[in-house]
Amino acid sequence: MNLDTKLIASRGGVTAIGLVFLALAGMPVGLDPRMLIDPIFSLGYLSLLWIPLVMGGLMSQHVELEGVESEGGGVGDVVAGGLVGLLGGLGLSLLVLLVDNFDLRDPLVNWSPQLVEFLSFGKGIGVGIVLWPVIGAGLGAFGAATRLLPSKVKKPLMTATLTVLGFATFETFIVDVLEPLENLYANTGGLTITAAIVLAVLSAGLSAAGAGKQVRKVRTSYQQSTGATHSRQTALLIGGSAAFLIILPMVTGKITQELLANIGIFLLLALGLNIVVGLAGILDLGYVAFFAVGGYTTAVLTSPNRGPNFDFLPVLDGTFGWLIALGISILMAALAGLFIGAPVIRMRGDYLAIVTLGFGEIIRLLFLSDWLNGWFNGAQGITNIPPADFGFAQAKGTDPRSVFYLVLVLAAISIYVSWRLERSRLGRAWMAIREDESVAEAMGINTVNVKLMAFVVGAVLASFAGSVFAAKVGSIFPTSFLILVSIIILVIVIVGGMGSILGVMAGSVVLVGVLGGPKQPGLLQEFSEYKLLIYGALLVWMMLKRPEGLIPNVRRSRELHQEEFLQDAWLRGEVDKDEEASEAQAAGGPAPTTGGAS
Amino acid sequence: MTRLLDISKLSVTFGGLHALKDLDFHVDEGEIVGVIGPNGAGKTTFFNMISGMVAPTSGEINFEGESLIGLDPNQVTQRGISRTFQNVRLFANMTILENVMVSQHCRSKANVFSTLLNTAGFRSEEKEIRERAIEILSFFGSRLVGYRLDQPASVLSYANRRRLEIARAMATQPKLILLDEPVAGMNPKESAELTGLIGRLRSEWGFTIVMIEHDMGVVRDVSDRVVCLDHGETLAQGSFEEVSTNPEVIEAYLGRPLEKRA
Repeated sequence: MNLDTKLIASRGGVTAIGLVFLALAGMPVGLDPRMLIDPIFSLGYLSLLWIPLVMGGLMSQHVELEGVESEGGGVGDVVAGGLVGLLGGLGLSLLVLLVDNFDLRDPLVNWSPQLVEFLSFGKGIGVGIVLWPVIGAGLGAFGAATRLLPSKVKKPLMTATLTVLGFATFETFIVDVLEPLENLYANTGGLTITAAIVLAVLSAGLSAAGAGKQVRKVRTSYQQSTGATHSRQTALLIGGSAAFLIILPMVTGKITQELLANIGIFLLLALGLNIVVGLAGILDLGYVAFFAVGGYTTAVLTSPNRGPNFDFLPVLDGTFGWLIALGISILMAALAGLFIGAPVIRMRGDYLAIVTLGFGEIIRLLFLSDWLNGWFNGAQGITNIPPADFGFAQAKGTDPRSVFYLVLVLAAISIYVSWRLERSRLGRAWMAIREDESVAEAMGINTVNVKLMAFVVGAVLASFAGSVFAAKVGSIFPTSFLILVSIIILVIVIVGGMGSILGVMAGSVVLVGVLGGPKQPGLLQEFSEYKLLIYGALLVWMMLKRPEGLIPNVRRSRELHQEEFLQDAWLRGEVDKDEEASEAQAAGGPAPTTGGAS
Repeated sequence: MTRLLDISKLSVTFGGLHALKDLDFHVDEGEIVGVIGPNGAGKTTFFNMISGMVAPTSGEINFEGESLIGLDPNQVTQRGISRTFQNVRLFANMTILENVMVSQHCRSKANVFSTLLNTAGFRSEEKEIRERAIEILSFFGSRLVGYRLDQPASVLSYANRRRLEIARAMATQPKLILLDEPVAGMNPKESAELTGLIGRLRSEWGFTIVMIEHDMGVVRDVSDRVVCLDHGETLAQGSFEEVSTNPEVIEAYLGRPLEKRA
């Protein structure tokens, strides 16, 4: 048996630090009341236990080189995993001892007796100190062992675990969609033990029976189809999803409808930012400004409570219909895009990002300022914004379903706009600018105009979201447009996949739907206190492991993995060799060095 | 023959360095002019100035009788001058077809509205752009067409990248093409083939060409006239024989013989 002590020590250290960090961040204690499997397992324990499990699992992961026999795991890996977990557990034991004997509550809010009680399972600190290393070692060894199991055993096991955890965490959503399922849950929100067992057996059985294979088969057959069949299947897919989205809010309760409406608003914003960042490559950190312009324009036009200074123009009496207000919002956002964009767009890279950040804040501060108090009511905001009235239907905040349908229509428009523009003269110019701005300019592209166009289109899409937001919430304050909103939209685009429409949709669902928006709760309401922590961790993890996003744009992943892409192409025989290859350099090297300087 | 490009007293200084000093230069329509000179002679700076990427300190650049001074690179391209780069700068992650399509930007005019409404004008223009791109790529034989069209430019071999750069320059529909070391890094056979293509660029497509090149064989074979630059000044110009036998040119390349130095 050959143990890599250095690796074990470093991984064990990371595990211990991770556990102690989360414990002191207050996550376990805060989440303890929320049960997953009533009454034995709470979300608080889950927030800690996954760390030794994953870190242990990593110990049995070996780099496999093609053509080289894998080193193969075995008992050694399981022992290594166990040792990593043990070290992590020792970290927690040490924490128990320290918290019990010293008082550091002043800087560390969660340095509390509750933490000691949680970590010692309410049975005295001795139990905790002894038990954590044991639990850690067990989980670490288990994590390492699962990787070594044959896939026939591993898959059902994983499926069962994920199903039980999924059902347990998404209790609110599941009960909201299908009320009869309420019977699965205990009062604390967790699954009852019987329900957990039933679910585990059911899902493991399905997985073992090969249900996953069927799904994969359908997917590959779609990916491999070409021509007319492919477009027919695509049309079917789009039609199916549209029908699903139309029917979904009819069968679900208010919570889900509200969630869908919020996802939709952020999807509109993310689609707009995707054009600016994903297609044209302009890093805009002040995107919320256009959201604000759209929201405030709609508010001023439709609410009787807009600032008194608007009285000078009798037309602006705050009685416009929502559709007209939307039209004017689009116009105002486009103008704002031009005004902010014109001075900014000549800059490149980091400078541009910083300046947009500034402009985003300036717009918010203008709405907040005393100077414009007579127009926009400063911090009091504009209230009493009527719902969007279409004659046959109204979209209002108290009826989230109507808002969702409105958003659905606007999102369809935004998706169409993104999709058309990407495959046009303008889209190609954006791509070229993203690749190499000075060459693009030498090839006859007026980079300033083209980039400005991206800015304006993005601003217009943001104003859609602003108008809907105003009608939905019914009141608008400068605090609705904090810089955090810009950041979260950007994270949605990055995590989803820059430049990919499907990716942006996935990003909105995962981040806003599951974790929640800046002020809107998501599915995991329990986590809302730690939302930003999770956002940050997710972003770091994505950048390390999957920088191209959840559902990447083909071109973007090509950029990020150019080497791998070239290797694959070379294996398929697609990298060309010069027909008259007398120079080894020109023939073999896909990326030859450039000529000498003149 | 009409004068296409007329440059007089062109100078540029970077700090204290005179990259170009009082340069006079002209190109007539339909000419192929070779620009030679040792490393650091200012040849690429010269191209950068014509294409608007570097602004001259003083002097005049006239193209078809109109001044190019103060124009942005894209406006220069719009007027009808396009270029390739010495250190091949393709849009590596765009497909080969897209590389050529995007270079027709300044010759097309679809805007946001016609794109979104998918108007007849938009569709016919897209079709035209695509067909012209394929026509241009076909000029290089079968290397850049067929299954290649939808592959990213990064999979191309070095020689094919150079060819694609020329295709991209052609796509801007220029009158004058500036080629910056078109055969650098190619083997003799490829160079010979490209030499032939450069001749056909004039005879079949009607382009006027200014070419920087270090390969004297290529310069001899295609140039009507050769200009030698050194230290930012014109050292000699005339036919290849005249320039290549000019003692000052030989000195600039090889240095002064020992006995003369004393």
